[in-house]
Amino acid sequence: MQLLEFQAKELFREYGINLLRSISSTNIEEGRKHAKELGYPFVIKIQVPVGGRGKAGGIQKCQNDDEFELKYPQVMDLTIKGEKARAILLEKMADIKKELYLSLFLNRSKRCYTIIASAEGGVEIESVKNQIIKEVGLGEVSDELAKEVAKEMGLEGNTAEQFVDTLKKLSELTIEKEAELVEINPLAIMQDDSIMALDGKFVTDDNSNFRHPELQKYQEKTEIEEQAEKSGFSLVELDGDIAVVGNGAGLVMSTLDMLSDNGGKPACFLDVGGGATTESVYEALTLISKLDRVKGILVNLYGGIVKTTVVAEAFLKAYEDNLIDLPVFARLKGTESDKAKEMLQGSRTNIFDSVEEAINAAVMGVKK
Amino acid sequence: MTDIFGLLKGKPEDPDYEKKGVIVQGITGSYGSLHASNMVSYGTNVVAGVTPGKGGQTWNDSVPIYNTMQEAVDATNAKISIIFVPAKFFLGAAKEALEAGIKLLVAIPEHVPIRDTMETLELANKKGAVIIGPNTPGIMIPELIKVGIMPPMPFKAGKIAVLSKSGTLLYEISDALTNAGFGQSITIGIGGDPINGTRLIDAFDMVKDIPDLEGMVVVGEIGGDSEEMLAQRIIDSGFNKPTVAYIAGRAAPKEKRMGHAGAIVMGNYGSAESKISMFNKANIPVAKRPAEVPVLLAGKMEKSD
Repeated sequence: MQLLEFQAKELFREYGINLLRSISSTNIEEGRKHAKELGYPFVIKIQVPVGGRGKAGGIQKCQNDDEFELKYPQVMDLTIKGEKARAILLEKMADIKKELYLSLFLNRSKRCYTIIASAEGGVEIESVKNQIIKEVGLGEVSDELAKEVAKEMGLEGNTAEQFVDTLKKLSELTIEKEAELVEINPLAIMQDDSIMALDGKFVTDDNSNFRHPELQKYQEKTEIEEQAEKSGFSLVELDGDIAVVGNGAGLVMSTLDMLSDNGGKPACFLDVGGGATTESVYEALTLISKLDRVKGILVNLYGGIVKTTVVAEAFLKAYEDNLIDLPVFARLKGTESDKAKEMLQGSRTNIFDSVEEAINAAVMGVKK
Repeated sequence: MTDIFGLLKGKPEDPDYEKKGVIVQGITGSYGSLHASNMVSYGTNVVAGVTPGKGGQTWNDSVPIYNTMQEAVDATNAKISIIFVPAKFFLGAAKEALEAGIKLLVAIPEHVPIRDTMETLELANKKGAVIIGPNTPGIMIPELIKVGIMPPMPFKAGKIAVLSKSGTLLYEISDALTNAGFGQSITIGIGGDPINGTRLIDAFDMVKDIPDLEGMVVVGEIGGDSEEMLAQRIIDSGFNKPTVAYIAGRAAPKEKRMGHAGAIVMGNYGSAESKISMFNKANIPVAKRPAEVPVLLAGKMEKSD
């Protein structure tokens, strides 16, 4: 999961990384109190788990009460890349001399952790110039290496010392919390040559969650996502009207692509895992029945050793129980598919031999 | 370089040629037991199982069970192992296998923490062993040996190598290939995790010099840059066998994990566009749907004739 800025900063604080004063709130009443505590000027920052906040107007300077009353609700109402504000962070305005870039992340192709640092930060990583790149195995950063990075960045004196300290704390944090990415951008040099983390990005390895109960409070899941996880499914909600269900992440992604190519709009990505049983398909339909926007269900199951009659039973049961009243367009590859078709005759489930046919029918079907 | 055929098949002079022994870690669990049976039916020589506390028993009245990997390896001299334990026990099981001398480790579990995979890899490198996975369907030489969980129907012996990040897409696309008359010399499941024991480039190195190889199919998906690295490696190596790719996840939203831990686009990193454009640069056509793969492959073959 990707933490929000203020959550990442909670972890930074715990590890002793320097921060400006900041307070998060979820409504304007709370915000007003915080504004008094902090005093102007400060910055209003939207808290969403995606990048590009500045460009989208999600970060606003604030000099006085009038500006606050105008801007707080504006920022709160923004939707950035489909993400609504989870909170608003008010942070003291900083007197910055220079903006640096620093991150420690899992380098997938090199299969090791890697430091990227630059004396020219404050822009998106793709545009950061003069990147200093160091591979660091499982994430351990030695004193010598940290000093080397500081030197290559041209840092000196107290600033260099503080940078070394920050990098080592970042390494400790990455290892102990099993992060995939920790980024400070910008890491600022202040007028007094001290160093402060002005922003924070933190992505955890969800597969290590069982070792990190302390991070669970940051877990943000909708009721449906939680249920999906309990059933061992993966679910990503999307904003279209055709629910896409299948077995195996690759197959479902592929189905999503083909549906989009044919003008369909997926309402969700639902992977029920490698196998498919009457129970798992019934559970998938239960989840989908809770999404209001769905007008049709596209099912793509590559059975292998699965009997398609078993899957057909799940559809029949779902109609019988009044769980769904939606048309289902299914491609079921597996054994006994003729018998499955027979079983579903007269129901609202249509079975097709190829996924292309199922998709075309689904796109036409929801238009009606 | 890894001689994958040497490991899976052996040499004609080996006493166990074409029947290399495989140890199943977690053979008494329902999942492990089911797939051990399926492997045996496929012709894989399952020589031992390991489940701590169940040593001395036999599985299916035929395969001896040991408490530890060391005992199993000592008794059978097997070099291949497949792991079916829950993700949180993977690291322990994998270390035990590598310490006992396993040279090809197939890691089936999904949801293994990245740190555990990396530690396993570090040890594997020291021991000169190969890891397939985690989160992989496994590896197979069709009609000879299957070390994995793939259903048998989609596959047929032949001369096309298939490398795939996804399990079900591997089945789907191999099925389409088989129906079009393209059998497979080997299929390697890379796995859907961010860190792979065998990356696409490693798998490519394993298959590129197969003497009678007639073509290669790469099934990739969004996330990471292993497809881009592979395309570059293909350009650099001058590999000229007909190759076709498929990339899943073109329509996926950014910064969302699409089922697989590794299937996530961050900025432009890991995007389908980036992968497709690199494959195009390597003169490798990218199919828009799985069914198109054999069509494009046949087209490439005509041209190279």
